[in-house]
Amino acid sequence: MSHLTIVPAGDRALAIKVGDSISPEINLAVRNLAVTLEKQQLPAILDIVPTYCSILINYDPLISSLDDLEMDIKNLENTINESTIGSPKTIEIPTVYGGEYGPELSYVAQFNGLTELEVIDIHSGNDYLVYAMGFTPGFPYLGGMSDKIVTPRLQTPRTDIPAGSVGIAEKQTGIYPIKSPGGWQLIGRTPFNLFDPAKNPPVLVEPGDYIRFAPISSEEYEKIANLNEKNNE
Amino acid sequence: MNEIIEVVTGGIFTTIQDLGRYGYQRYGVPVSGAMDTFSLRIANLLVGNEQSKAGLEITLVGPELKFLGDTVIAITGGDLDPKLDGESIPMWVATIAEEGSILTFGGIKNGARAYLAAAGGINVEPVLGSLSTYTRAKIGGFQGRQLSTGDVLSSYPTTDRIEGHFFPKSSLPKYEHSHKVGVILGPQDQAFTENGIKTLFKSEYEVTAQSDRIGYRLSGPKIQHKQGADIISDGIPFGAIQVTGDGLPIILMSDRGTTGGYTKIGTVISADMGDLAQAAPGDTIHFNKTNVRSGLKKLVEEEDLIKRVAESTPIFFSKQLFTVSLDDERYLVETGLSAESTPSSKNTTIQAKVDGHSFNFNVKVEE
Repeated sequence: MSHLTIVPAGDRALAIKVGDSISPEINLAVRNLAVTLEKQQLPAILDIVPTYCSILINYDPLISSLDDLEMDIKNLENTINESTIGSPKTIEIPTVYGGEYGPELSYVAQFNGLTELEVIDIHSGNDYLVYAMGFTPGFPYLGGMSDKIVTPRLQTPRTDIPAGSVGIAEKQTGIYPIKSPGGWQLIGRTPFNLFDPAKNPPVLVEPGDYIRFAPISSEEYEKIANLNEKNNE
Repeated sequence: MNEIIEVVTGGIFTTIQDLGRYGYQRYGVPVSGAMDTFSLRIANLLVGNEQSKAGLEITLVGPELKFLGDTVIAITGGDLDPKLDGESIPMWVATIAEEGSILTFGGIKNGARAYLAAAGGINVEPVLGSLSTYTRAKIGGFQGRQLSTGDVLSSYPTTDRIEGHFFPKSSLPKYEHSHKVGVILGPQDQAFTENGIKTLFKSEYEVTAQSDRIGYRLSGPKIQHKQGADIISDGIPFGAIQVTGDGLPIILMSDRGTTGGYTKIGTVISADMGDLAQAAPGDTIHFNKTNVRSGLKKLVEEEDLIKRVAESTPIFFSKQLFTVSLDDERYLVETGLSAESTPSSKNTTIQAKVDGHSFNFNVKVEE
């Protein structure tokens, strides 16, 4: 594994570059380092934001200078290859494909010369690594989607995408945890709540977990959605 | 609950904010918090609160607020012309707001965002450790949304004696329509051509109407990339200057997404973020190249000023109790909240309410 590069990101943040490509190995090193940093509980560190191949650290420069912090981090460099993380969880995400839940399923099929059923099989046939979370609360950056269902974004983004929507944008697949605007091709929807601010951690899946989409019927969707609603009352 | 403010009208965008929600960015939860943390921290100090308490962030067009009890308030940041019962009240000064009084705002005199702190601090249920409102996910603040008619806000209880402070007049920030902000290059300045970086520092950019708590979209000369604007998504700090494929910069503010896939040419220094938070659409921005050391120096100056205010000679606000004799009967009279002052003479007049009626009493201080 290459050595860490640390660059300032303003006077209150720094970026640690662990690598410069998307790979499970580099991402594991990122998560190892993030966990180690967390355990150090350095008083200057306010927040740690691990992503695909780098980590952004928000810190208080009145507690530690950039130079001191850089040294503290460099001292941890050898830990990035020592996994302190337990074995990954695989989380099944029940998903109803097509229809009103996934209005672009037919487009994705047509674009790739497949039937809708084939798209569902391909999409639910892989396990996806959660590389990172970001963008909006609970949004997982997933890796591992088949090249067979790559589809460009919508020409005109939607203003309102329902929470739980499962979509494809280029080589990526993802789930919208909260209602938001966006330009992804929607192929399905899960009744699971990926972001719950009343819980700690407030998310269903975490970086390092794997996601598996499990096709369900619209009846099953409604059943789970109703159950969620009751539990929240 | 100590109900203190009733919202008569909410204004254009008034939210409850503290200093932000740290520790959850790894789950995609934005930091949020006051855009201008300096002004919120000072407002809190003026009314005797800890600097980190929640207050109201008032954007461009202020709300109308009714006070449900006597309290001490302070308004800092942009001057939106605050008036208490129609009378102008000074900015950056603690003011007593009596029960029933109405706070309105006349309009923008300078800046874009005012901060209102009330003694005790606004009290709402914390979400993930913060009181800050993040409207996109409907979390924090008052039901996760901007304030609107009929909302009733509570404050934490205060001590009987509120220990406020003065802000030195010589240090009042001046908000102009042209903002000069320091920028530290990186983390992706390597993705830009030499000309692109020159463009950033030589040009004047205008804050467009598509500017909010997430970010300021700027218009002006396009900044040239070497190869493209896309990067592998990474974390975004407060004040990051992102340049997307169209070559135009976006400054990312409090409600920014935690991560993004576009190049960031630089980051505005912390000490200039307060001024930037006061930029309104139509204002212009000049970026000046600086470095971490200079940024930190300015930040330390700002912190020193805050510390000076926190450690300045306090001004006390309290309700005072007097025994009053009337027709040989003795009554205990409580005054409204007032600033304590050393009586200049032995005879002083106090105003107090008896059975809801206001009376002036001439008080003779006994030896």
